[in-house]
Amino acid sequence: MTAGEPIIRWDWIASHAGEIGLRVGEHLELTAIAVIVGLAIAFALSFVALRLPQLYPPITFVSGTLYTIPSLALFAFLVPYTGLSIVTAEIGLVSYTLLILVRNIVGGIRDVPAEVRDAARGMGYTPRQMLWRIELPLALAVIFAGIRVATITTIGLVTVTALIGEGGLGYFILLGIQLFFSTPLIVGAVGSVLFAVIADAALVLVQRSLTPWSRIR
Amino acid sequence: MSFLGEVARWFADPENWQGPHGIPVRILEHLELSGLAIAIAVVIAAPIALYLGHTGRGGFIAINVANIGRALPSFALIGLGLLVAIPLGLGLGFWPTMFALVPLAIPPILTNTFVAVREVDRDVVDAARGMGLTERQILRSIEIPLGLPLILAGIRTSAVNVVATATLGAVVAGGALGRFIVDGFALRQYDQLVAGAILVALLAIATEVSFGALERGTVPPGIRATP
Repeated sequence: MTAGEPIIRWDWIASHAGEIGLRVGEHLELTAIAVIVGLAIAFALSFVALRLPQLYPPITFVSGTLYTIPSLALFAFLVPYTGLSIVTAEIGLVSYTLLILVRNIVGGIRDVPAEVRDAARGMGYTPRQMLWRIELPLALAVIFAGIRVATITTIGLVTVTALIGEGGLGYFILLGIQLFFSTPLIVGAVGSVLFAVIADAALVLVQRSLTPWSRIR
Repeated sequence: MSFLGEVARWFADPENWQGPHGIPVRILEHLELSGLAIAIAVVIAAPIALYLGHTGRGGFIAINVANIGRALPSFALIGLGLLVAIPLGLGLGFWPTMFALVPLAIPPILTNTFVAVREVDRDVVDAARGMGLTERQILRSIEIPLGLPLILAGIRTSAVNVVATATLGAVVAGGALGRFIVDGFALRQYDQLVAGAILVALLAIATEVSFGALERGTVPPGIRATP
């Protein structure tokens, strides 16, 4: 960011291509772990909330409070216990996915029309079969909408974990800030936005292949 | 328990409450930064959204701005803020953070305000028009009051985001409450680190709660759900 310096030095990008690839891989890993673990926990919480509806408000209250706590503060709470580690990063990242995922899983399943449920019950479906063969498939579109939002949010939050020594592409943002050097800053910023766009498009494709009936209109 | 005791001792130390680096000053800095960012974002986004909502134009853009906004990582915005502020000679800290906070705050306000105006019952608007209200009067005395809770919900989303991201301003040498966290990390002073985290978390939750109360308070009596 000194005078006369071009905003992007392509030679720097070319000479750091290997490292950029490495950081993209890290970013993918941090995001994938967070979304997959978040989904597992969110499904468990959602099934509990569907069985015992009185537990739904407290579950959304706790996940909502976690969602409100700024990411850097949440990581700061954890560092004295879990150190500057991937565990700290993942606990924080997973916490942020829960509210969005639980809301969409519970909402999606509750929105399944009562007539469909009645028909399934009349055909002799057990509650377990009803969940797996009727409710979850029909709720899939809403659940996927939640997964998309959770994934995009996580990709952005991963950059913050650079401050606790993780970070994927966030590493370049921090490097750019520390060195007053615009090239890595732009690589980190543009890279993580591009990554979010590509991940979102990929999720749309996965959703389409999982819910072929939604294309027939 | 000893560690939490250290955090409690940090809060009890009068030195941490005094001078330009004390807790009250940091809270004020945080509120000043966040408040100004929200105010600027409202001034930019609200007129555009009200116009689009009232005329029904540009819905696609108004809705999609929110999705684009979500993909912009706050930490990247802070870095890009630095790229804008340094060539303008505005230095570190306050302005780079401001340049990150305003674009972060605009999308939820824009989208919610647009939807708030659009969702006002068209029959009510037609009735108002039939009674001879001008377009400006319809906007001011019908659409804005009826849409206010939803408009405020957008401002609340932005405010919580902005309060959270203002914390990151400390990374570009800003003040505010993030200072305690970033310094706590750098100096490995975990009492300061966790104390800062507690303050930031409380401020974010207080923002959420107070805007929530404001929203409920602004639902016009005529459309309030009767228990």
